[in-house]
Amino acid sequence: MGSTIEQTFGRRDLIKRAALLGITAVPTTGLLSGCAASGGAGQQATGAKSAANPLGVAEIAPLDVVIFNGGFGDAYAKQFETMYVKEFPQAKVSHTSTQNITGLLQPRLNAGDPPDVVDNSGNQQIKTDILQKAGQLTDLTPLLDTPSIDDPNKKIRDTLMPGTIELGTVGGQFVLLQYVYTVFGLWYSGKLFKQHGWSEPKTWTDFLSLGGEIKKRGIAPFVHQGKYPYYINIAIVDLAVKNGGTDFLSRLDRMDPTIWEEGPAKNAIEAIYEIVSNNYLLPGTNGMTHIEAQTAWNEYKAAFIPCGAWLENEQLKATPSDFEMTFMPMPSLPGDKMPHQAIRGGANEPYIVPKSARNARGGMAFMRIMLSKAGATAFAQTANSLTVVKDGISPDVKLRPGTQSTVTALKAAGNSVFNPTYMYDYSAFDVDMGNSSAELMANRIKPAEWLSQVKAAAVKAQKGGS
Amino acid sequence: MRHHKYPFIIGFLIAPVGLYALLMLWPYLQTFGYSLTDWNGESTVMHVIGLKNYSTLFSDSVFQQALVHNLLLLLLLPVITIVLALFFAFMLNVGGRGGTGGVQGVRGSSAYRVIFFFPQLLSIAILTVMFEAVFRSDASGLLNGILVKLGLEDSQHPVEWLSDPNTVLWCILAVTVWWWVGFYLVYFSAAMQAIPKDIYEAALLDGAGRVHTFLRITLPLLWDSLQTAWVYLAIVAMDFFAQVSTLTPGVAYGGGPNYHSEVLSTYLMRNFLYYGKSGYACAMGVVILFLTLVVSLVALRSTRRVRIEF
Repeated sequence: MGSTIEQTFGRRDLIKRAALLGITAVPTTGLLSGCAASGGAGQQATGAKSAANPLGVAEIAPLDVVIFNGGFGDAYAKQFETMYVKEFPQAKVSHTSTQNITGLLQPRLNAGDPPDVVDNSGNQQIKTDILQKAGQLTDLTPLLDTPSIDDPNKKIRDTLMPGTIELGTVGGQFVLLQYVYTVFGLWYSGKLFKQHGWSEPKTWTDFLSLGGEIKKRGIAPFVHQGKYPYYINIAIVDLAVKNGGTDFLSRLDRMDPTIWEEGPAKNAIEAIYEIVSNNYLLPGTNGMTHIEAQTAWNEYKAAFIPCGAWLENEQLKATPSDFEMTFMPMPSLPGDKMPHQAIRGGANEPYIVPKSARNARGGMAFMRIMLSKAGATAFAQTANSLTVVKDGISPDVKLRPGTQSTVTALKAAGNSVFNPTYMYDYSAFDVDMGNSSAELMANRIKPAEWLSQVKAAAVKAQKGGS
Repeated sequence: MRHHKYPFIIGFLIAPVGLYALLMLWPYLQTFGYSLTDWNGESTVMHVIGLKNYSTLFSDSVFQQALVHNLLLLLLLPVITIVLALFFAFMLNVGGRGGTGGVQGVRGSSAYRVIFFFPQLLSIAILTVMFEAVFRSDASGLLNGILVKLGLEDSQHPVEWLSDPNTVLWCILAVTVWWWVGFYLVYFSAAMQAIPKDIYEAALLDGAGRVHTFLRITLPLLWDSLQTAWVYLAIVAMDFFAQVSTLTPGVAYGGGPNYHSEVLSTYLMRNFLYYGKSGYACAMGVVILFLTLVVSLVALRSTRRVRIEF
């Protein structure tokens, strides 16, 4: 049989394949420059400014809304759209929801015909710093200076949660409305606690002794999303920040390695290690994905779990109807600089108005509706999450128990809300710390080793810059 | 007539070769170019820093660990997969009880062939979901559940397969072997069927058993196919991205616990996208490319033998 020909071709083919599997790092610069290419925007629609229409929206101009259809769904946006039409009855609103923001947005940006307001989120979001540098984003400062819908004597900037403006500022301009406000802490089932007569532990000592009680009932006191050390890192860092106060937080964010030799970090990691040494972990938790761990928790196999406020929406289907999901702050350690009520909280989920949008003013008016109490309430009811609107939800509104408990906790926290940002600036450090935390939770290293490993990672991060 | 041959050939080749150069060779050259810079992947600004990325690479302990894992997989994956596939293929084709009908496979061999091939039809995403359930770290996992039921394990201390530094790499290897055995079984079966039956019959008449038939006839006549399988599997062993990034713990693209399942491709991706060290990741890509080339060439050279025509 014609074996020689077959052989030579076969071999060439193999080397080709070898090369193919090597790496295909296609540069993304083409994508970036594409954003800058536009500019030939059409005429922007404007209307007369008035008390009822402070942004000067053209009342007849259609509004084009694009929503990322992710964890929050897109039903809430339809409610905003209804409110917009109520305000501008002549306007025609078009609603698009997608999981591929880049695929949808990029050609439209390049054609100079972008939508008027976009929820630029998800895996396929366009990096906002790139959009900002390419001059594609409308400066939203006028929105901040517009009176709020609920109180004409108050500017919108005074109705926002602290940190919202800072987190939405890119390159010195306020261009992103980070709309969703997420708090982080521990969660438990109100039903389980009532059933056994347990009460929410305020201090770590109480937490540990309650853990003993819980264990006696055959329930594991603690479960975490072990496959992703992100979650246990939140618990560790929050304990340390509450213990060391703002001084610890600012040194953490600027990657000062000496904090890992001092009290707060040591207290925090030793406290967490007590969960391991007391055998409080749900068996197998260190290998569980977030869904496996959270579902086990929903099945009453474990009492406490660390997570952000998206937990309720994420577990909607797995949660029994009488579960009474409840949020609580990380318990206090002796000598804490921050009060027990202090929690981690911050804004995320960026909304933008593209610069060349035909109805950019309408886009901002849409955001103004989002930032009203009615908007915030609609979001909390439909997407089960809080927004950056301060006290945005009136007390008579019925929310899901988990969301309701975060409203209560946030109110109790007052100004004691902190939001570490080191993980965005030092991602390699974050990974290293996660690895050490996973080792500690699996009892393969002790707190002293954790501290020295994390310190070494901080030294490395400080040198490497990222 | 002869001098018309080349324009004719070029006319046919210009489009595919052009595409190949544009979509394959040019990105490689670009990757090499980027590997000499401190590009962060998200901006057009970069500085040429010479071979610094390469020198950093060789003192990077995680990179070394990943390299060791890839080399270990490179040794084990082809051997285990080929031995298993050969064994099954032999049993399905010539391993049956030789009655008066001569040479045949075990009973129901065509059904087995379909069953064995089935894993190849699954996409890696489905594979991941399935093996997450198999290796689940508590007693609800398939493997742990069986071990608990058999009394070999305490449900309070289950094996955290994919989060245990001692087991994670073996689990990933097992998944990959399971995934590929069926494919090579079918591949070797096809090659075995090309071997004339009369050779086997002659061997049977001379009183050769299964082991002898296999070692003296099947194996030598399959050498070309084995060689091909070896190279392909070596390339698979240099990759492992999908399995490691989806099944193992860790912040971006798995590789955990604590780098115990890190492979070159996952470390590359983490540097490229997550750490923003894209220039450094490109240097890694260049190293992987050359390693894969060397491995393929070595595999091809060292397995070259005299062909037997039949």
